[in-house]
Amino acid sequence: MAVKKLSFEQSLSRLDEIVRHLEKGDLPLSESLALYEEGTGLIKQCSNMLDEAEQKVVKLKKGPDREPIEFPFEDET
Amino acid sequence: MDRQSISVTELNNIIKGLLEQEPILSNVCVRGELSNYKIYPSGHHYFTLKDSESSLRCVMFKSSASKLRFRPENGMGVTVYGRVAVYPRDGAYQLYCSAIMPEGTGDLQVAFEQLKAQLASEGLFESSHKKALPQFPNRIAIITSSAGAAVHDMIRILGHRWPMAQVVLLPVRVQGVEAPPEIVGAIRYANEFNVADLIITGRGGGSIEDLWAFNDERVARAIYESRLPVISAVGHEPDVTIADYVADRRASTPSNAAEIAVPDQRDIRDALDSYSIRADQAIRKKLLSLSERLESYKNKRVITDPSAHIDNRRIELDHARDRLTAAEERNLSRCRQSFVALTAALDAMSPLRVLSRGYAIAEKEDGSTVKSVDMLSAGDSLRLQLWDGSAQCRVSSVSKRPEK
Repeated sequence: MAVKKLSFEQSLSRLDEIVRHLEKGDLPLSESLALYEEGTGLIKQCSNMLDEAEQKVVKLKKGPDREPIEFPFEDET
Repeated sequence: MDRQSISVTELNNIIKGLLEQEPILSNVCVRGELSNYKIYPSGHHYFTLKDSESSLRCVMFKSSASKLRFRPENGMGVTVYGRVAVYPRDGAYQLYCSAIMPEGTGDLQVAFEQLKAQLASEGLFESSHKKALPQFPNRIAIITSSAGAAVHDMIRILGHRWPMAQVVLLPVRVQGVEAPPEIVGAIRYANEFNVADLIITGRGGGSIEDLWAFNDERVARAIYESRLPVISAVGHEPDVTIADYVADRRASTPSNAAEIAVPDQRDIRDALDSYSIRADQAIRKKLLSLSERLESYKNKRVITDPSAHIDNRRIELDHARDRLTAAEERNLSRCRQSFVALTAALDAMSPLRVLSRGYAIAEKEDGSTVKSVDMLSAGDSLRLQLWDGSAQCRVSSVSKRPEK
C-alpha cells in the first residue's frame, strides 16, 4: 500500500497523524478506510523493519586518500 | 686603610660561589603564597613567593613553565621546587623554579577548575549551542579505544535496543599524551567525512589521570566545533570531565550513552501496538456510528410508511383551509356591521329626514336657498320645498327681527 518508502521516523510521524485524524471521526467513510489501510500498512512495515534489523558494526580506517574504509570489527579483548 | 678593595662583580661572584656550594640550596622545596606573578613574552614566568614576614624572588623558565598543568594566580598557596642562586647583575639571589604545586589540591584538579572556568567564560558550555540528538540515528560513530569493556558494552546495548543503527568505530587511544590529539582527529574526521549522524566519545572508568584526555582543552574545543551531535561518556557516574560540559549530552557511563543514543525497540513496538489499537478503535467507532445512523433512518415513519406521511400532510392542509374559511367569514361579518352603522349615520344626516319633521326649505327663483330675510323683498316669488312636495308662494311683506 505504501507507495514511497518512508524512513522509520517519517513512518512513525505519519502514523501518528493518521491515528489522530481517524480519532477525530469527521472524515467520510471512504477516506477513513483509506487512512486505516495506510496506517496498518505503516505499522506492518515498521514492525518488519525492526524484526529484520541486524546490527552492523564496522571499524573505520583511513584509506590512502584519507577516505574512510570500513573493516569488520573483531573482538580485540 | 691599606685594605685591598675588590670590584662589585668580584664580591657578587664570591657570594654566588658560597651560595651555590651549599647543598641545601641546590634542591629546595619552599612553601608560600604567589604574588606579582608575571608571564613575559619570552615564556619565562617571574613572581614573588611570600609569607607574612618575608618574600623571595622567583623565576621559572619557559621549559619548566610549559609543563604547568594549571595557571598560577596571585594569592595562591603553593609549594615551589627549585634551587637558589645569585643573579650577579642585580646582586640578588632568587629561586630558580622547576615546578609549582598548588597547596591542598592536586594540580590536576586545579587545572580542571581553571579550564572549566575559562571555557565557560568563552561560552563553550552554553545550552543554546547544544545540538539536538537524532531520534532514530542511522549511523553512530563511537570514538574510543577498540579494546576494553566500554566499546563492547556500548555495541551490545545499541544492538539490543536499536539494531537498525549501524555502529562505526573510530579507534583511538584514550589515555596518555597521544590520546587528546587522536580523539580530536577522530571527531574532526567523523565530521569531515560525515561518517555518522551521532558521535559517542568516552572511555571506561579510571583514575583522574586515566580520564585526563577528556579534560584536555583541545578535545573540548573539537567537541564544541563538531557539527555532528556528541554524547560524552567518560568513566563512572561521579566522574565529570570537561568533555561532559561541552558535549551536547552527557552520559554518566558508556552504557548510559548507548541508552541515550537510541530508543528501545520494545518502547517503539509498544507504541506501534498502541497505534494499531487506536486505529482499530477509531475505525470501529466510525462504522458503528454510521450503522447507528442507518438504523435510526430505518425507524423513521417516512421510510417505514411513506403514505402515512402524505396523509398527515393532507390533514394539515385541510386544517389550514378550515382556518382560512373561518377567517374570511369573520372578516365579512365585520364589514357588514360597519356598513349598517355607516348607512344609519348617513340617513340621520339626510335633509329629507329634517323636512319630514315639518321644516321647509325656501328657494328663490334662481334656485338659491333663502338663509336670511335680507335676501327677500315684498313681491318675490319663492318655492317652498317640503318633504313630500313643493309650493309656489309670493312674499307679501318682509319684517326683520330686531337685533339684540
